Amino acid sequence: MGNNLRIVIAKPGLDGHDRGAKVVARTLRDAGHEVIYTGLRRTAKQIVETVRDEDARFLGLSSLSGAHNHLFPRVCELLIEEGLSDVIVFGGGIIPEDDRPALFSSGIKAIFGPGTPTDEILEFIDTASGMNDVGVGAKNDWHWQSAA
Amino acid sequence: MDLGQINDAINGDRRSLARTLSAIENGSININDVKQNVKITNKLQAPNWQSLAITGAPGVGKSCLIDKLLSIWAGSGLKIALLAIDPSSPRTGGALLGDRVRITSVDDESLKDNIYIRSIATRKSSGNVPLIVADMVDFLHVAGWERVVIETVGSGQSEVRCAAIADRIVVVEGPARGDGVQAEKAGLLELADAVIVNKSDLSGAEKHAEELLESFELGLGDAPPVMLTSALNENGVAEAASVLLDLPDSGRSVRARWRERLLAHYERKILESPKLDDILSSLAIGSISIDDALNTLGGR
Repeated sequence: MGNNLRIVIAKPGLDGHDRGAKVVARTLRDAGHEVIYTGLRRTAKQIVETVRDEDARFLGLSSLSGAHNHLFPRVCELLIEEGLSDVIVFGGGIIPEDDRPALFSSGIKAIFGPGTPTDEILEFIDTASGMNDVGVGAKNDWHWQSAA
Repeated sequence: MDLGQINDAINGDRRSLARTLSAIENGSININDVKQNVKITNKLQAPNWQSLAITGAPGVGKSCLIDKLLSIWAGSGLKIALLAIDPSSPRTGGALLGDRVRITSVDDESLKDNIYIRSIATRKSSGNVPLIVADMVDFLHVAGWERVVIETVGSGQSEVRCAAIADRIVVVEGPARGDGVQAEKAGLLELADAVIVNKSDLSGAEKHAEELLESFELGLGDAPPVMLTSALNENGVAEAASVLLDLPDSGRSVRARWRERLLAHYERKILESPKLDDILSSLAIGSISIDDALNTLGGR
C-alpha cells in the first residue's frame, strides 16, 4: 500500500472475451493499484488517448481474437508518437510463442499466456516499475521471461 | 514544481494536463502555488456554475446519462471535463475505475478535443468525493476547461459531502424507488439543485417524479426542477442538458451545505496530518484516548 500505480487495462479490436482482462484488473486492484478498465472493442487510438488522459504508468493489452500481431504494435507506435514512450506495456491472451519476439521488439515488455499465476504479473509490475528505461520507447531489448 | 509542464497543460497539452492533475492529487504540488506562479491567460467568462456534481444510487444510470450530457455540451462548443470517482478498497488501497466503459462520447472524433475524462479513486477519504478533487477542478479551470462535471461514487446518503466542492448538485433517481425509501433519501434530496428521474422508459418513473415534486412542494423554498430522462432512448436528455447548463443556485439548505463543507475540510485536515500515523498506532495499543487524539489533531 502506498506504492499504488495507475494502470490501464484495455481490450483492443473486435474481441468480446474479457474474463482474462477482468481477472488481471482485479489482481492489480487487490495489490493496491488504481486500475482503469476501458471496456471492450477499443481502437488503438482510443486506448492511447485513455492512457494519456489518465496519466497511466502501465498499459495492459488483452487479446484473444488473433489480431495481436496487428493491434499490439499499432498501440506501441501510437504511444511513441504521442510522446508516451515511458509507458510500460504488457500483453496477454492467446499469443502463440512464435509471435512473441516481434511483439517484444515492438515495445511490449511482457506477455502472459493462459495459466500464468497472477502473482507473476504482480512480480513483473514490481520489477518493471523499479527499472529505468523500460517504457515502450526504450532502446534496450529487456523483456520479462514468463514462466508460463 | 514543474512549471514547464504546468504551462504546457495550460496551453492545451493533454499529457501535461494529466500529469499536473496527478501531481495535485498526490499532493506533490499545491494549487495555490500553481496559481501564484503561472500567468493565467485563459480568462474564462464566469458561467453560471463551474462545477456540477452528479450523484445518486448505484444503477440509476448516472454514467450513461452523463455520457449523453457530455455529447450535447461538447457538441455546442463547450470545453467540458469529467472527473469520475470510484471507491478505493479500504483494505488494499486499490481501485477498479470503470466509468470509461460507459462513457463513449470522448471517442467521437468531432467532440474529443472538447472532452477530458479522468478517473479518480477515493483513496484515503471516507466520503464519496475526496476533497482534493476541488483543487483538481480549480486547475482544470485555470487550464481553460469551462465546466467540470463530477460523477460521485454511487451510494446512499454519504454522497452529500460532494456538496463540499461542487457549485451545483444534481441527484439522479430511477423509477420505482418505492415509498419506503423516501425518508432515507431525504438527506441527499434536500441539497439538490435539480433532480433527474432517469429510465423514464420504464414504468413507475413518472409516478416517482410526481411524488418527488409533491414532497418538494411541501418543503420550504422553491422546489428544484424535477426532470424525466431516458438516457437509453435519449428522451428528455436535450431538455435536461439545457436546464442544467443554466441551473441557478437553489439557495436551499445553505447552512447544510456549509456543514458538509466544514466536515469535509476537517476530515482532510485529519487525514493529511503528519501526526496521523503515530496517533493511530497509539490508539491501537491503547496508550491514548480518542479525546487525546482529537486534541492533538485539532492543533490545540
